[in-house]
Amino acid sequence: MGKIKVAAHAPSIDMTPMVDLAFLLVTFFMLTASFRMAEPVIVDPPSSVSDKTLPENTVLITVDNIGRAFFGVGNGEARTNTLAKMSEKYGVKFNADQIKKFGGLSSFGVEIKDLPRYLDASEAERLRFQPQKGVPLDSVNNQLRDWINISATELNVIYMRNKDKAAELGQEFKGEKPRYAIKADGKAKYIYVKDVFKTFTDMKIYTFNLITSLEGGSSAPAAETKH
Amino acid sequence: MAEIAESGGGHGKGGKKRAKKQSTRVDMTPMVDLAFLLLTFFVLTSTFSKPKSMELSLPAPLDENTKPSDIKNGVTFLLTKDDKIFYYAGEFYPVGNEKGKPATVLQETNFSPEGLHKLLMEQNQWANTEIDKLRAQNKAKTLADTTFNRMAVDVTANTLAITALIKTDDQATYRNAIDMLDELKICNVGKRVLGVEMMASEYALLQEKIK
Repeated sequence: MGKIKVAAHAPSIDMTPMVDLAFLLVTFFMLTASFRMAEPVIVDPPSSVSDKTLPENTVLITVDNIGRAFFGVGNGEARTNTLAKMSEKYGVKFNADQIKKFGGLSSFGVEIKDLPRYLDASEAERLRFQPQKGVPLDSVNNQLRDWINISATELNVIYMRNKDKAAELGQEFKGEKPRYAIKADGKAKYIYVKDVFKTFTDMKIYTFNLITSLEGGSSAPAAETKH
Repeated sequence: MAEIAESGGGHGKGGKKRAKKQSTRVDMTPMVDLAFLLLTFFVLTSTFSKPKSMELSLPAPLDENTKPSDIKNGVTFLLTKDDKIFYYAGEFYPVGNEKGKPATVLQETNFSPEGLHKLLMEQNQWANTEIDKLRAQNKAKTLADTTFNRMAVDVTANTLAITALIKTDDQATYRNAIDMLDELKICNVGKRVLGVEMMASEYALLQEKIK
Protein backbone atom coordinates (compact mmCIF):
# COMPACT_ATOMS: atom_id res chain seq x y z
CA MET A 1 0.00 0.00 0.00
CA GLY A 2 1.09 3.54 -0.73
CA LYS A 3 3.77 2.31 -3.06
CA ILE A 4 4.75 4.74 -5.82
CA LYS A 5 4.20 3.11 -9.14
CA VAL A 6 6.74 3.71 -11.85
CA ALA A 7 5.12 4.48 -15.19
CA ALA A 8 5.13 1.37 -17.29
CA HIS A 9 5.20 3.28 -20.58
CA ALA A 10 8.23 4.67 -22.27
CA PRO A 11 8.12 8.46 -22.66
CA SER A 12 6.52 9.26 -25.96
CA ILE A 13 6.24 12.35 -28.11
CA ASP A 14 3.23 12.94 -30.28
CA MET A 15 4.63 12.99 -33.75
CA THR A 16 1.39 13.61 -35.61
CA PRO A 17 2.02 17.31 -36.35
CA MET A 18 5.49 16.53 -37.65
CA VAL A 19 4.18 13.82 -39.91
CA ASP A 20 1.48 16.19 -41.14
CA LEU A 21 4.07 18.77 -41.97
CA ALA A 22 6.35 16.27 -43.66
CA PHE A 23 3.57 15.07 -45.92
CA LEU A 24 2.49 18.61 -46.66
CA LEU A 25 6.00 19.42 -47.83
CA VAL A 26 6.23 16.19 -49.80
CA THR A 27 3.00 17.06 -51.58
CA PHE A 28 4.20 20.58 -52.27
CA PHE A 29 7.48 19.48 -53.77
CA MET A 30 5.87 16.70 -55.74
CA LEU A 31 3.43 19.09 -57.36
CA THR A 32 5.86 21.91 -58.03
CA ALA A 33 8.85 19.85 -59.07
CA SER A 34 9.88 20.16 -62.66
CA PHE A 35 12.49 17.59 -63.27
CA ARG A 36 15.80 18.40 -64.69
CA MET A 37 16.14 16.20 -67.70
CA ALA A 38 19.36 14.44 -68.43
CA GLU A 39 21.38 16.54 -70.81
CA PRO A 40 23.80 15.06 -73.30
CA VAL A 41 26.44 17.63 -72.46
CA ILE A 42 27.18 20.00 -69.62
CA VAL A 43 27.61 23.59 -70.64
CA ASP A 44 28.60 26.49 -68.44
CA PRO A 45 26.85 29.58 -69.77
CA PRO A 46 28.52 32.94 -69.16
CA SER A 47 27.12 35.20 -66.48
CA SER A 48 25.24 38.38 -67.19
CA VAL A 49 23.25 41.02 -65.37
CA SER A 50 20.14 40.14 -67.34
CA ASP A 51 17.46 38.74 -65.06
CA LYS A 52 14.75 37.83 -67.55
CA THR A 53 13.57 34.27 -67.07
CA LEU A 54 13.49 32.01 -70.06
CA PRO A 55 10.02 31.53 -71.56
CA GLU A 56 8.54 28.02 -71.52
CA ASN A 57 7.89 27.41 -75.18
CA THR A 58 11.30 27.35 -76.73
CA VAL A 59 13.40 25.77 -79.36
CA LEU A 60 16.72 25.39 -77.59
CA ILE A 61 20.07 25.11 -79.29
CA THR A 62 22.94 24.20 -77.01
CA VAL A 63 26.51 24.82 -78.11
CA ASP A 64 29.22 23.14 -76.07
CA ASN A 65 32.81 24.29 -75.62
CA ILE A 66 34.09 22.39 -78.65
CA GLY A 67 31.39 23.79 -80.89
CA ARG A 68 28.95 20.91 -81.17
CA ALA A 69 25.33 21.96 -81.57
CA PHE A 70 22.58 20.15 -79.69
CA PHE A 71 18.94 20.53 -80.52
CA GLY A 72 15.99 20.43 -78.13
CA VAL A 73 12.34 21.48 -77.92
CA GLY A 74 10.64 22.42 -74.67
CA ASN A 75 7.40 20.56 -75.40
CA GLY A 76 7.02 16.78 -75.56
CA GLU A 77 4.16 16.82 -78.03
CA ALA A 78 5.93 19.17 -80.42
CA ARG A 79 8.98 16.96 -80.09
CA THR A 80 7.26 13.78 -81.28
CA ASN A 81 5.45 15.64 -84.08
CA THR A 82 8.73 17.12 -85.23
CA LEU A 83 10.32 13.70 -85.28
CA ALA A 84 7.52 12.34 -87.46
CA LYS A 85 8.01 15.12 -90.02
CA MET A 86 11.80 14.84 -89.97
CA SER A 87 11.57 11.07 -90.38
CA GLU A 88 9.47 11.62 -93.49
CA LYS A 89 11.80 14.26 -94.88
CA TYR A 90 15.02 12.34 -94.39
CA GLY A 91 13.58 8.86 -94.93
CA VAL A 92 14.76 7.59 -91.54
CA LYS A 93 12.34 5.16 -89.91
CA PHE A 94 11.59 5.15 -86.20
CA ASN A 95 9.66 2.50 -84.32
CA ALA A 96 7.02 3.25 -81.68
CA ASP A 97 9.47 2.72 -78.84
CA GLN A 98 11.99 5.13 -80.33
CA ILE A 99 9.33 7.78 -80.86
CA LYS A 100 8.25 7.42 -77.25
CA LYS A 101 11.84 7.78 -76.07
CA PHE A 102 12.31 10.84 -78.25
CA GLY A 103 9.33 12.46 -76.52
CA GLY A 104 11.31 12.41 -73.28
CA LEU A 105 14.62 13.53 -74.74
CA SER A 106 15.72 17.00 -73.67
CA SER A 107 18.25 17.49 -76.43
CA PHE A 108 20.53 15.52 -78.68
CA GLY A 109 23.57 16.11 -80.84
CA VAL A 110 23.65 13.39 -83.47
CA GLU A 111 22.90 13.18 -87.15
CA ILE A 112 19.43 11.98 -88.01
CA LYS A 113 20.72 8.75 -89.51
CA ASP A 114 22.30 7.88 -86.14
CA LEU A 115 19.25 8.94 -84.17
CA PRO A 116 17.45 5.54 -84.05
CA ARG A 117 20.60 3.93 -82.67
CA TYR A 118 21.01 6.81 -80.22
CA LEU A 119 17.45 6.38 -78.96
CA ASP A 120 17.93 2.65 -78.46
CA ALA A 121 20.95 3.27 -76.27
CA SER A 122 20.50 3.59 -72.52
CA GLU A 123 21.06 6.92 -70.83
CA ALA A 124 24.54 5.98 -69.69
CA GLU A 125 25.47 4.70 -73.12
CA ARG A 126 24.30 7.91 -74.75
CA LEU A 127 27.04 9.87 -73.04
CA ARG A 128 29.63 7.72 -74.75
CA PHE A 129 27.71 7.54 -78.02
CA GLN A 130 29.78 7.79 -81.18
CA PRO A 131 29.68 9.67 -83.46
CA GLN A 132 28.26 12.54 -81.44
CA LYS A 133 29.48 15.48 -83.44
CA GLY A 134 26.45 17.66 -82.92
CA VAL A 135 23.55 18.27 -85.26
CA PRO A 136 25.07 19.13 -88.66
CA LEU A 137 24.64 22.78 -89.56
CA ASP A 138 26.98 23.43 -92.45
CA SER A 139 25.54 24.79 -95.66
CA VAL A 140 25.75 21.45 -97.49
CA ASN A 141 23.91 19.45 -94.88
CA ASN A 142 22.01 21.78 -92.58
CA GLN A 143 19.86 19.42 -90.54
CA LEU A 144 19.68 21.91 -87.70
CA ARG A 145 17.80 24.28 -89.96
CA ASP A 146 15.14 21.67 -90.68
CA TRP A 147 14.84 20.72 -87.03
CA ILE A 148 14.35 24.36 -86.06
CA ASN A 149 11.95 25.05 -88.88
CA ILE A 150 9.70 22.07 -88.25
CA SER A 151 9.74 22.30 -84.47
CA ALA A 152 8.90 26.01 -84.58
CA THR A 153 5.91 25.20 -86.78
CA GLU A 154 4.82 22.46 -84.38
CA LEU A 155 5.19 24.73 -81.36
CA ASN A 156 3.10 27.34 -83.14
CA VAL A 157 0.38 24.80 -83.88
CA ILE A 158 0.20 23.90 -80.19
CA TYR A 159 0.29 27.56 -79.20
CA MET A 160 -2.57 28.46 -81.54
CA ARG A 161 -4.61 25.46 -80.41
CA ASN A 162 -4.22 26.40 -76.75
CA LYS A 163 -5.11 29.97 -77.57
CA ASP A 164 -8.24 28.95 -79.42
CA LYS A 165 -9.23 26.62 -76.63
CA ALA A 166 -8.84 29.42 -74.09
CA ALA A 167 -10.88 31.76 -76.28
CA GLU A 168 -13.61 29.13 -76.59
CA LEU A 169 -13.84 28.78 -72.84
CA GLY A 170 -13.72 32.54 -72.47
CA GLN A 171 -10.55 32.40 -70.39
CA GLU A 172 -7.65 34.73 -70.46
CA PHE A 173 -4.78 33.20 -72.42
CA LYS A 174 -1.44 33.45 -70.67
CA GLY A 175 0.73 31.35 -72.96
CA GLU A 176 3.71 32.84 -74.69
CA LYS A 177 4.65 32.66 -78.31
CA PRO A 178 7.35 30.15 -79.11
CA ARG A 179 10.84 31.57 -78.96
CA TYR A 180 14.35 30.55 -79.87
CA ALA A 181 16.96 30.16 -77.22
CA ILE A 182 20.67 29.57 -77.48
CA LYS A 183 22.64 28.17 -74.59
CA ALA A 184 26.32 28.25 -75.30
CA ASP A 185 29.34 27.51 -73.17
CA GLY A 186 31.31 30.57 -72.14
CA LYS A 187 34.53 28.98 -73.34
CA ALA A 188 33.15 28.19 -76.77
CA LYS A 189 34.69 30.17 -79.58
CA TYR A 190 32.35 32.89 -80.77
CA ILE A 191 32.52 31.64 -84.34
CA TYR A 192 30.79 28.39 -83.33
CA VAL A 193 27.88 30.34 -81.93
CA LYS A 194 27.99 32.55 -84.98
CA ASP A 195 27.34 29.50 -87.16
CA VAL A 196 24.19 28.86 -85.15
CA PHE A 197 23.22 32.53 -85.46
CA LYS A 198 23.72 32.25 -89.17
CA THR A 199 21.39 29.25 -89.38
CA PHE A 200 18.75 31.40 -87.72
CA THR A 201 19.36 34.57 -89.73
CA ASP A 202 19.22 32.56 -92.95
CA MET A 203 15.70 31.64 -91.88
CA LYS A 204 14.92 35.32 -91.23
CA ILE A 205 14.84 34.82 -87.47
CA TYR A 206 16.69 37.67 -85.84
CA THR A 207 15.63 37.63 -82.20
CA PHE A 208 16.81 35.07 -79.67
CA ASN A 209 17.16 34.53 -75.98
CA LEU A 210 20.71 33.82 -74.96
CA ILE A 211 20.78 31.75 -71.81
CA THR A 212 23.08 33.16 -69.18
CA SER A 213 23.60 32.52 -65.51
CA LEU A 214 22.73 35.33 -63.20
CA GLU A 215 25.58 37.38 -61.93
CA GLY A 216 25.68 38.27 -58.24
CA GLY A 217 24.72 41.79 -57.27
CA SER A 218 22.24 44.21 -58.73
CA SER A 219 22.21 45.61 -62.23
CA ALA A 220 23.03 49.10 -61.01
CA PRO A 221 26.17 50.53 -62.65
CA ALA A 222 27.84 51.01 -59.27
CA ALA A 223 27.46 47.34 -58.39
CA GLU A 224 29.58 46.24 -61.29
CA THR A 225 31.39 43.07 -60.30
CA LYS A 226 33.03 41.93 -63.49
CA HIS A 227 36.70 41.06 -63.59
CA MET B 1 4.48 6.42 -33.11
CA ALA B 2 7.87 6.17 -31.64
CA GLU B 3 6.67 4.44 -28.61
CA ILE B 4 7.36 1.07 -27.25
CA ALA B 5 4.09 -0.66 -26.58
CA GLU B 6 4.33 -2.19 -23.16
CA SER B 7 2.54 -5.38 -22.68
CA GLY B 8 -0.64 -4.61 -20.84
CA GLY B 9 -2.69 -6.94 -18.73
CA GLY B 10 -2.75 -8.14 -15.17
CA HIS B 11 0.14 -8.77 -12.90
CA GLY B 12 -0.72 -12.33 -12.30
CA LYS B 13 -1.48 -11.89 -8.60
CA GLY B 14 -5.19 -12.27 -8.44
CA GLY B 15 -5.19 -14.92 -11.13
CA LYS B 16 -8.25 -13.28 -12.56
CA LYS B 17 -8.21 -13.34 -16.32
CA ARG B 18 -8.54 -9.87 -17.75
CA ALA B 19 -8.86 -8.97 -21.41
CA LYS B 20 -5.56 -7.66 -22.65
CA LYS B 21 -5.58 -3.86 -22.90
CA GLN B 22 -4.29 -3.51 -26.40
CA SER B 23 -2.98 -0.25 -27.72
CA THR B 24 -4.85 1.04 -30.78
CA ARG B 25 -1.85 3.05 -31.83
CA VAL B 26 0.02 2.17 -34.98
CA ASP B 27 3.76 2.42 -35.17
CA MET B 28 4.28 5.32 -37.55
CA THR B 29 8.06 5.29 -37.66
CA PRO B 30 8.41 3.62 -41.07
CA MET B 31 5.88 6.01 -42.53
CA VAL B 32 7.73 9.01 -41.18
CA ASP B 33 10.95 7.60 -42.55
CA LEU B 34 9.39 7.23 -45.96
CA ALA B 35 7.86 10.70 -45.84
CA PHE B 36 11.20 12.28 -45.11
CA LEU B 37 12.94 10.18 -47.72
CA LEU B 38 10.50 11.42 -50.35
CA LEU B 39 10.82 14.94 -49.05
CA THR B 40 14.58 14.85 -49.38
CA PHE B 41 14.32 13.39 -52.86
CA PHE B 42 11.98 16.07 -54.13
CA VAL B 43 13.89 18.88 -52.51
CA LEU B 44 17.10 17.75 -54.14
CA THR B 45 15.75 16.99 -57.58
CA SER B 46 13.40 19.91 -58.12
CA THR B 47 14.81 22.77 -60.12
CA PHE B 48 13.95 26.02 -58.54
CA SER B 49 15.67 28.66 -60.53
CA LYS B 50 14.65 28.78 -64.12
CA PRO B 51 17.47 29.76 -66.42
CA LYS B 52 17.97 33.43 -67.04
CA SER B 53 18.29 34.77 -70.51
CA MET B 54 19.38 37.82 -72.40
CA GLU B 55 17.47 38.96 -75.42
CA LEU B 56 19.46 39.60 -78.53
CA SER B 57 18.42 40.95 -81.89
CA LEU B 58 20.80 40.58 -84.77
CA PRO B 59 20.86 43.03 -87.66
CA ALA B 60 19.00 41.81 -90.72
CA PRO B 61 21.13 41.75 -93.86
CA LEU B 62 20.61 44.78 -96.08
CA ASP B 63 19.10 44.35 -99.48
CA GLU B 64 20.44 46.24 -102.50
CA ASN B 65 17.95 49.11 -102.28
CA THR B 66 18.61 50.24 -98.72
CA LYS B 67 21.66 52.26 -97.95
CA PRO B 68 23.39 51.50 -94.68
CA SER B 69 22.52 54.23 -92.23
CA ASP B 70 25.25 56.59 -91.11
CA ILE B 71 26.48 55.91 -87.64
CA LYS B 72 26.95 58.87 -85.39
CA ASN B 73 29.27 58.57 -82.42
CA GLY B 74 30.14 55.03 -83.26
CA VAL B 75 32.70 53.07 -81.31
CA THR B 76 33.92 49.81 -82.81
CA PHE B 77 35.14 47.06 -80.55
CA LEU B 78 37.24 44.25 -81.91
CA LEU B 79 37.26 41.21 -79.66
CA THR B 80 40.10 38.78 -79.95
CA LYS B 81 42.05 36.07 -78.13
CA ASP B 82 43.11 36.19 -74.48
CA ASP B 83 40.10 38.38 -73.60
CA LYS B 84 41.67 41.37 -75.30
CA ILE B 85 39.61 44.22 -76.67
CA PHE B 86 40.75 46.72 -79.26
CA TYR B 87 38.66 49.72 -80.11
CA TYR B 88 38.53 52.85 -82.15
CA ALA B 89 36.03 55.68 -82.27
CA GLY B 90 34.39 56.93 -85.42
CA GLU B 91 35.03 55.73 -88.91
CA PHE B 92 37.81 53.44 -89.93
CA TYR B 93 40.53 54.98 -92.10
CA PRO B 94 43.07 52.57 -93.51
CA VAL B 95 46.61 53.72 -94.14
CA GLY B 96 46.75 55.91 -97.25
CA ASN B 97 43.00 56.39 -97.64
CA GLU B 98 41.61 58.62 -100.41
CA LYS B 99 40.17 61.13 -97.98
CA GLY B 100 43.61 61.87 -96.67
CA LYS B 101 42.63 61.29 -93.04
CA PRO B 102 45.20 59.95 -90.61
CA ALA B 103 45.09 56.17 -90.34
CA THR B 104 43.04 54.68 -87.50
CA VAL B 105 45.02 53.46 -84.53
CA LEU B 106 43.62 50.65 -82.42
CA GLN B 107 43.53 51.24 -78.68
CA GLU B 108 43.69 48.34 -76.31
CA THR B 109 41.54 47.74 -73.26
CA ASN B 110 40.33 44.80 -71.17
CA PHE B 111 37.29 43.57 -69.26
CA SER B 112 38.38 44.96 -65.89
CA PRO B 113 36.37 47.76 -64.23
CA GLU B 114 39.28 50.12 -64.92
CA GLY B 115 39.32 49.13 -68.56
CA LEU B 116 36.12 48.72 -70.47
CA HIS B 117 33.75 50.02 -67.82
CA LYS B 118 35.65 53.24 -67.32
CA LEU B 119 36.08 53.69 -71.04
CA LEU B 120 32.40 53.29 -71.75
CA MET B 121 31.39 55.60 -68.95
CA GLU B 122 33.61 58.26 -70.51
CA GLN B 123 32.59 57.65 -74.09
CA ASN B 124 28.92 57.58 -73.25
CA GLN B 125 29.10 60.44 -70.78
CA TRP B 126 26.28 62.40 -72.34
CA ALA B 127 23.76 59.56 -72.04
CA ASN B 128 24.95 58.63 -68.56
CA THR B 129 24.53 62.16 -67.19
CA GLU B 130 21.11 62.48 -68.82
CA ILE B 131 19.99 59.18 -67.34
CA ASP B 132 21.38 60.09 -63.93
CA LYS B 133 19.33 63.28 -64.02
CA LEU B 134 16.22 61.33 -64.90
CA ARG B 135 16.96 58.79 -62.20
CA ALA B 136 17.28 61.55 -59.62
CA GLN B 137 13.85 62.83 -60.67
CA ASN B 138 12.51 59.30 -60.48
CA LYS B 139 13.91 58.90 -56.97
CA ALA B 140 12.39 62.21 -55.93
CA LYS B 141 9.02 60.85 -57.12
CA THR B 142 8.57 63.58 -59.69
CA LEU B 143 8.86 61.10 -62.53
CA ALA B 144 6.84 57.90 -62.81
CA ASP B 145 8.68 54.60 -63.35
CA THR B 146 7.16 53.95 -66.75
CA THR B 147 7.93 57.46 -67.93
CA PHE B 148 11.46 57.10 -66.63
CA ASN B 149 11.99 53.86 -68.52
CA ARG B 150 10.64 55.34 -71.73
CA MET B 151 12.72 58.49 -71.42
CA ALA B 152 15.84 56.49 -70.62
CA VAL B 153 15.34 54.50 -73.80
CA ASP B 154 14.90 57.76 -75.73
CA VAL B 155 18.16 59.05 -74.31
CA THR B 156 20.10 55.96 -75.38
CA ALA B 157 18.58 56.21 -78.86
CA ASN B 158 19.65 59.86 -79.20
CA THR B 159 22.35 60.68 -81.76
CA LEU B 160 24.51 62.10 -78.97
CA ALA B 161 24.64 58.69 -77.29
CA ILE B 162 27.20 56.29 -78.66
CA THR B 163 26.56 53.31 -80.88
CA ALA B 164 28.68 50.27 -80.19
CA LEU B 165 29.67 47.88 -82.92
CA ILE B 166 31.04 44.56 -81.75
CA LYS B 167 33.18 42.59 -84.12
CA THR B 168 34.90 39.37 -83.25
CA ASP B 169 37.69 37.41 -84.83
CA ASP B 170 37.93 33.62 -84.82
CA GLN B 171 39.80 33.57 -81.50
CA ALA B 172 37.32 35.41 -79.32
CA THR B 173 35.10 33.37 -77.03
CA TYR B 174 31.36 33.51 -76.59
CA ARG B 175 31.90 34.75 -73.05
CA ASN B 176 33.74 37.79 -74.41
CA ALA B 177 30.78 38.68 -76.59
CA ILE B 178 28.29 38.29 -73.75
CA ASP B 179 30.48 40.26 -71.32
CA MET B 180 30.74 42.99 -73.90
CA LEU B 181 26.97 43.18 -74.41
CA ASP B 182 26.50 43.14 -70.67
CA GLU B 183 28.93 45.95 -70.05
CA LEU B 184 27.30 48.04 -72.76
CA LYS B 185 23.94 47.52 -71.14
CA ILE B 186 25.31 48.54 -67.75
CA CYS B 187 26.82 51.68 -69.26
CA ASN B 188 23.52 52.70 -70.89
CA VAL B 189 24.59 52.06 -74.44
CA GLY B 190 21.28 51.38 -76.11
CA LYS B 191 22.53 50.92 -79.62
CA ARG B 192 24.65 47.80 -79.56
CA VAL B 193 25.27 45.82 -82.67
CA LEU B 194 26.74 42.35 -82.53
CA GLY B 195 27.56 40.25 -85.53
CA VAL B 196 29.00 42.79 -87.92
CA GLU B 197 31.66 41.26 -90.11
CA MET B 198 35.16 42.57 -89.60
CA MET B 199 36.60 44.40 -92.60
CA ALA B 200 39.78 42.99 -94.12
CA SER B 201 41.70 46.15 -93.28
CA GLU B 202 40.53 46.01 -89.68
CA TYR B 203 41.48 42.37 -89.45
CA ALA B 204 44.96 43.06 -90.79
CA LEU B 205 45.46 45.84 -88.28
CA LEU B 206 44.23 43.61 -85.46
CA GLN B 207 46.55 40.78 -86.45
CA GLU B 208 49.46 43.19 -86.32
CA LYS B 209 48.46 44.23 -82.80
CA ILE B 210 48.12 40.76 -81.34
CA LYS B 211 51.15 39.31 -83.02
